[in-house]
Amino acid sequence: MARKTGGNIKDLLFERTTGAFAFLVLFLAVLLFGVLLRESIPALRKFGAAFLVTGTWDPVLEKFGALPFIYGTLVSSFLAVLIAVPLSVGAAIFINEFAPPWMKTPVSFLAELLAAIPSVIYGLWGIFVLVPVLRDWFMKPVTKYLGWIPLFKGPVYGPSMLAAGVLLSIMIVPFILSVSREVLATVPQRQKEAVLSLGGTRWEMLRIVIGQHCIPGIFGATILGLGRALGETMAVTMVIGNRPEAILSLFQPGYSMAAVIANEFTEAVGDVYLSSLVLIGLVLFAMTLAVSLAAKWILTKMVARASRGI
Amino acid sequence: MKKICGVLAGVLALLAVVSFAHAADPLTINGAGATFPYPLYSKWFYEYSNANPGVRFNYQSIGSGGGIKQITAGTVNFGATDAPMTEESMKKLPGVLLHIPTALGAVVPVYNLDGVPAGLKFTPDVLAGIYLGKITRWNDPKIAELNKTVTLPNADIVVAHRSDGSGTTDIFTNYLTTVNTEWRAKVGRGPSVNWPVGIGGKGNEGVAGVVKQTPGAIGYVELAYAKQNKMKVASLRNKAGQFVTPTLEATSAAAAGMAKSMPDDFRVSLVDAPGKESWPISGLTWILVYKDQKDEARGKAIVQFLKWAIRDGQKMEAALDYAALPTPVVEKIDKALRQISFRGKSLY
Repeated sequence: MARKTGGNIKDLLFERTTGAFAFLVLFLAVLLFGVLLRESIPALRKFGAAFLVTGTWDPVLEKFGALPFIYGTLVSSFLAVLIAVPLSVGAAIFINEFAPPWMKTPVSFLAELLAAIPSVIYGLWGIFVLVPVLRDWFMKPVTKYLGWIPLFKGPVYGPSMLAAGVLLSIMIVPFILSVSREVLATVPQRQKEAVLSLGGTRWEMLRIVIGQHCIPGIFGATILGLGRALGETMAVTMVIGNRPEAILSLFQPGYSMAAVIANEFTEAVGDVYLSSLVLIGLVLFAMTLAVSLAAKWILTKMVARASRGI
Repeated sequence: MKKICGVLAGVLALLAVVSFAHAADPLTINGAGATFPYPLYSKWFYEYSNANPGVRFNYQSIGSGGGIKQITAGTVNFGATDAPMTEESMKKLPGVLLHIPTALGAVVPVYNLDGVPAGLKFTPDVLAGIYLGKITRWNDPKIAELNKTVTLPNADIVVAHRSDGSGTTDIFTNYLTTVNTEWRAKVGRGPSVNWPVGIGGKGNEGVAGVVKQTPGAIGYVELAYAKQNKMKVASLRNKAGQFVTPTLEATSAAAAGMAKSMPDDFRVSLVDAPGKESWPISGLTWILVYKDQKDEARGKAIVQFLKWAIRDGQKMEAALDYAALPTPVVEKIDKALRQISFRGKSLY
């Protein structure tokens, strides 16, 4: 490396400094993992792998299992993605392709502004607006007519997995939207014109262009949103109902990993209790890592396929 | 140029003043712990420092568990907690730690029922039955029997509790453990427990939010919170068999009822206290100080402050919705404060 810089001391210094920064980030991640692991040893010893598959959370008897929290985090996050992706991709297409020029900037600006709102504000809005509206206008009628479907089983309380999923979806829309817009903007104008000149409709043009070009990018945007949803704490805990139970019905309260750590950490007395909370942190850490790695792998495959297609 | 010179001179003068003030540095007392008494303590620290400019307080309301951890490690001069320390955690202490009661709090059941006025009557077993998930509807005969003048709706009871670990939950579950054998066997007490039913709200505001937003909900919050939010408060049958409404007076009455049997270390629970007027879900909050102080000046300042807090400080409690310590208890605390010493010399 030093060879390339031709012995210029300033270049060398610059290179080393930036290198040190890069390693520092890596070092911090390893350190974080190490501390989480060390602190969770008492819980690992006591519960072992059963921690991941048991559902009791009893601080009085010091019996802990993380299943309801893992379930809650996964379900609320995937629900959020399920709602947010069509919404934000649709909005991105509209803003980029159909919206009149005077509308583009204000609409996208406002949508991206959503990303700047603190999550506790989302949580408050969730408690006072979203939850009552969902309860009275959606959950109650649905459970009345479709209550026989396990997903929509009553009774309806309000704070629920569904409320958490919907709130999270609103929170991740700006991320997916802005990345999707960037991705759509990279499509060469000539390709779009080519489809149109061959007599294709706008729908056909979009379908071909997005199918060929944009799927990997939109997938990447989705993963970005999913990552945000997995780790969200404050807003989730305010609307999810905080009940450590894995229930199939989306109308029932649940709990998430980040939420239980935030809720119980300050008053956790007893080594096993504290250690169990740290272990949940470790599981969350591993889970986000697994999600990003899997996403990276799928993305590579997709990009390879997309470039073959062109 | 002149202007700049003027500004510079001003800044220099200011610096001189600051550094002079620095020379006469006030003594800083560090504390950490319970969130429940935080509004009261801030008021006390402010008033006390105004009257005694030589002492300044720095209190972090990180929760009782955190306060106990910090005072055990010796990183603060005093701790604060809503739940007395357990024997197990007392074993880890490097010296004798005193529990000094500073205020009383009450936990009250609140509910949201259209057409039903405040003051719905509960017995201990009915309240435990609701929280155990055995009484699930508002018009259950067990509730109706106690409230014959009220028309109760045929609606589901939505149970709300705290999701975060808290002294409030500790007092509430301690009460249920004391009055109900089934609760004791199945759930027990603690800052967080394995709730048989219900949804969790974060903080008093979270529980209040669930109760206010959900028709048919019942929850428990601190008395101050229920009063300030004008929530419907239930009345509860106490140990003497009387139905009482939670008030500051009823809370103080609980402490007065326990005054005779108060142990010397003050590690006592006030739930289900004797006395006709006693509110049964009451609790003390404590400041934790070591009996042997390592720093004479700081130790002296803490003792002087506590002396002030249990006398003049008590007058500020009602305005902030805390119940004042009854006189017999204050006298007992005064004796305990005399024990705090530096190298065997009392700092009182």
